[in-house]
Amino acid sequence: MTIQSMSKMPSVGFAAGMWRVIKSIALLRESWVGMIGAFLVLFWILVAVFAPLITQFDPNASIQPYARPGTLSASGSIFWLGTDHLGRDILSRIVWGSRTVLFYAPLATLSAYTVGILMGLMAGYRGGLVDDILSRISDIILSFPVLVLYIIVIATIGASGFNIVIAITFASSPGIMRIVRGLVLDLRNRDYVAAALTRGESDWRIMLYEILPNARGPLIVDACLRLGYVIITIGVLGFLGLGLPPPDPDWGGMVNETRQMAIVFPYMTLFPCISISSLILGFNLLADGLREISLRD
Amino acid sequence: MTDTDEPVLVCKDLCISYYTRAGEIPAVVDFSLTVRPGETIGIVGESGCGKSTVAMAIMQHMGANGGIKSGSITFKGRDLTRLNEEELRSIRGSEISMIYQEPFASLNPSLKISTQLMEVPLAHENISKAEARERSVQILRDVKIADPERVMNSYPHQLSGGQQQRAVIAMGLLSKPSLLLLDEPTTALDVTVEAGIVNLIADISEKFNTSQIYISHNLGLILETCDRVFVMYSGEIVEEGTIKSLFNSPRHPYTHGLFSCIPLITTDKNAAPLKPIRGQLPLPFERPLGCYFGPRCDHFLQGVCDQAHFQMKTVGGEPDHRVRCLRYEEIDYKQVVSNTETKVSPEIGKRVLDVDGMKKYYEVKDSSLAALISGKSVRYVKANEKLNFTAHESETVAIVGESGCGKSTFAKVLMGLETGTGGEIRHNGKEISHIKVRDRSTEQIRSLQMVFQNPFDTLNPSHSIGGQISRVIRQFGVETDKKKVFDLVMTLLDTVKLPRDFYFRKPRQLSGGQKQRIGIARAFAGNPSIVIADEPVSALDVSVAAAVTELLMDIQREHKTTLLFISHDLSVVRYLSDRIVVMYLGHILERGTTAEVFAPPYHPYTEALLSAVPIADPDIIKRRIVLKGDLPSAMNPPKGCPFCTRCHRRIGDICDLELPSEQLVKDRHVIKCHIPVDVLSRIEPVIRKPGESDLNHA
Repeated sequence: MTIQSMSKMPSVGFAAGMWRVIKSIALLRESWVGMIGAFLVLFWILVAVFAPLITQFDPNASIQPYARPGTLSASGSIFWLGTDHLGRDILSRIVWGSRTVLFYAPLATLSAYTVGILMGLMAGYRGGLVDDILSRISDIILSFPVLVLYIIVIATIGASGFNIVIAITFASSPGIMRIVRGLVLDLRNRDYVAAALTRGESDWRIMLYEILPNARGPLIVDACLRLGYVIITIGVLGFLGLGLPPPDPDWGGMVNETRQMAIVFPYMTLFPCISISSLILGFNLLADGLREISLRD
Repeated sequence: MTDTDEPVLVCKDLCISYYTRAGEIPAVVDFSLTVRPGETIGIVGESGCGKSTVAMAIMQHMGANGGIKSGSITFKGRDLTRLNEEELRSIRGSEISMIYQEPFASLNPSLKISTQLMEVPLAHENISKAEARERSVQILRDVKIADPERVMNSYPHQLSGGQQQRAVIAMGLLSKPSLLLLDEPTTALDVTVEAGIVNLIADISEKFNTSQIYISHNLGLILETCDRVFVMYSGEIVEEGTIKSLFNSPRHPYTHGLFSCIPLITTDKNAAPLKPIRGQLPLPFERPLGCYFGPRCDHFLQGVCDQAHFQMKTVGGEPDHRVRCLRYEEIDYKQVVSNTETKVSPEIGKRVLDVDGMKKYYEVKDSSLAALISGKSVRYVKANEKLNFTAHESETVAIVGESGCGKSTFAKVLMGLETGTGGEIRHNGKEISHIKVRDRSTEQIRSLQMVFQNPFDTLNPSHSIGGQISRVIRQFGVETDKKKVFDLVMTLLDTVKLPRDFYFRKPRQLSGGQKQRIGIARAFAGNPSIVIADEPVSALDVSVAAAVTELLMDIQREHKTTLLFISHDLSVVRYLSDRIVVMYLGHILERGTTAEVFAPPYHPYTEALLSAVPIADPDIIKRRIVLKGDLPSAMNPPKGCPFCTRCHRRIGDICDLELPSEQLVKDRHVIKCHIPVDVLSRIEPVIRKPGESDLNHA
């Protein structure tokens, strides 16, 4: 029998894991909303990966100011989306800017999740004083308007890519902690946790191995949504001048630099705005799709 | 009730399907049923056989993806499948009422009982509020609620489970329905409360002349409430008949199998082992050709049973008894029965567990101002009060009691999840009740393991079966070498009779019974000396439960393990245990060997518990004892004997004021009661068979 012979095979952990991931992505086909989201996100990932192949100009080079979209450059290439007031090619800046967003946004989300999950696990599983302290800390952070928090943090530690990650981690991990804590409060009363306790497992093993994997469903959906917010945040920080220091391309910064000229040269602000919106929309639709699939069956 | 009466409900050739992404799922096939006025019909079957679907179809409440494919449901001459929403609304709740399993879920928690009851006549009849109130109080009195005015002014959470279910039944009866559907109305209740509700249900048809359809998985309950019974298997009726003819001579192999799966209170594990039905219920799209039961049937005949689907046949001589089996006349069950094997009881070894005056109190802090002023800011819930008992090697000790009696608390202290407040628990002579599980040695942890109640919760859904069992083996240091661990997991899978490729499966790919087997494998991985089984089969279907129970017994026999079996079901307990500990509100009221506990002298509570057990044997004569009231709260237990508030043998004020001391009846048989032992000895037994003067002494 084939099944019997299969059982003799050694454990196939990694391959089986990858196969499961592929299968769950294939499930997404059944939600057209999710498919559109996945398509948008995939589009920007490809753009970021193949940036050097797509662009024909140095994103920071001043070539020809105020060129309208479609203008032929001196080198013979076309400024498809025009140039800005400093003569930089907008398409190249958007394409290279996508690398910034797609590097810092997931990094910030991951960092916020790591901190939030650890806090939430501790608060939910240990309970008592640990819970009280962690919950009050998060209440205090959450009581500030988010924007004020960003300004305070970045003004204190300075504007840079990694400081943006720190600011976002600081401001969003309390929210994640709340979600994780709620899930843990439910999951810790399951019999499999009691079974782990009765065989003397350590607290950390129970939290990370017995509880956390079972909270992943809602967390993945939330992570997708939060990734969208983080992209907005990075855009807003760029717009406020708290983002990446110039001249490196940054979508929010591009909008900020050209907004006073938006009436005369709308394309300078419009295209970076569209880029931001489409990526956020992509992540939000993807989250919707994932939720739809997880609710089914 | 005469034959000329027009039937209340006729279901004819009903086929019901659910439509899902995977396609059409035929849930119920070819279902016919007639309910005459004042009659109680029982529908019995295991989960997934379509009993609830039938009830939902009669209510015409199928949800978005269900539909009646063919057939008709005629209620008092009107075809329900053809009525529109408006007409259905006037029938539902007034002419047909339904009572669900969870009383708490059927009552709106934010409305008073009075509002919810009065709503029924106000919605369906044109009467005044005062009149509606009067009728509501009357109906509460009819369902034997002691204090109807207080209940009227209560919110659902202020009532106990039994009172809630009575209120729900009252609500169902308020509109004087012609048909009452009861879907497992007592499954969520304790046995002694259940006994009261079952009594009430049995009286309804007489009192209100209401026809009833009683859906249950418990043949014993069906026997006590119904006139006729329908046995369902995999979406179709396999056998129907009057209680008398079906219980006395079941014709279908499945019905027969069901009876052999139930531990009867008159047998035990060594004299008559349970005979589980092999295999599993087929999924609707995996049903075989011909007889759906074919693959699990011992009397399956190739070329006969696997041909075209066949109809019900009337059993000769019994007009109401019909069966869906081609070979029912040929099968001789008597011959099969005589082949039962008997098992030898294992030798009881040395003493391994000593519970000596163990106490567990929980502190409850009351931070209200009144409590602070009076200085009583800390109160205690006495979950366990001076427990004394012992257990030996290879012995099965059952801990019996209703919810809230403290049996799970005891398990927690024993496992080291909580620490005891006083007294001692000695395991092989070593005190363990004050040592948390983390501070115990691997050896101690390994030798004390647990099988959990809920099969859907006992395994971590995120990890593979193999991973979870291997973890236990490595954690206990039984084996460390990867290859050897793998081999040991394979051996364990063999032991619990599961295929080896389950190693790679995730828990969601397993059925409830299979999960429970893995739970058993996990508990026995470290070769423990004591295993606590907390209602391990109560969530499983009878045929599966029988197999799991047998498995547990076999492994125990082989490993000489001491099994502490926590349960509320006395028939299972009688079947498998050597000794019984009866608990009530944290106290042990009686303890002794199984034979001693099941025969007089009984503690009055044991007597009531025995009487509450539904027995699926029409020959047995049972004395009915229905306890009044509900379990008192553990926060505020009675001062004297814990059982005094409900006891039917109360002898006077001494019961209310003084905690009775333990009376030694015989060596290790102890009763905690004020009534002298020789008085208790003269009580006539609760259960007996006709022709035998005293079954339990036989």
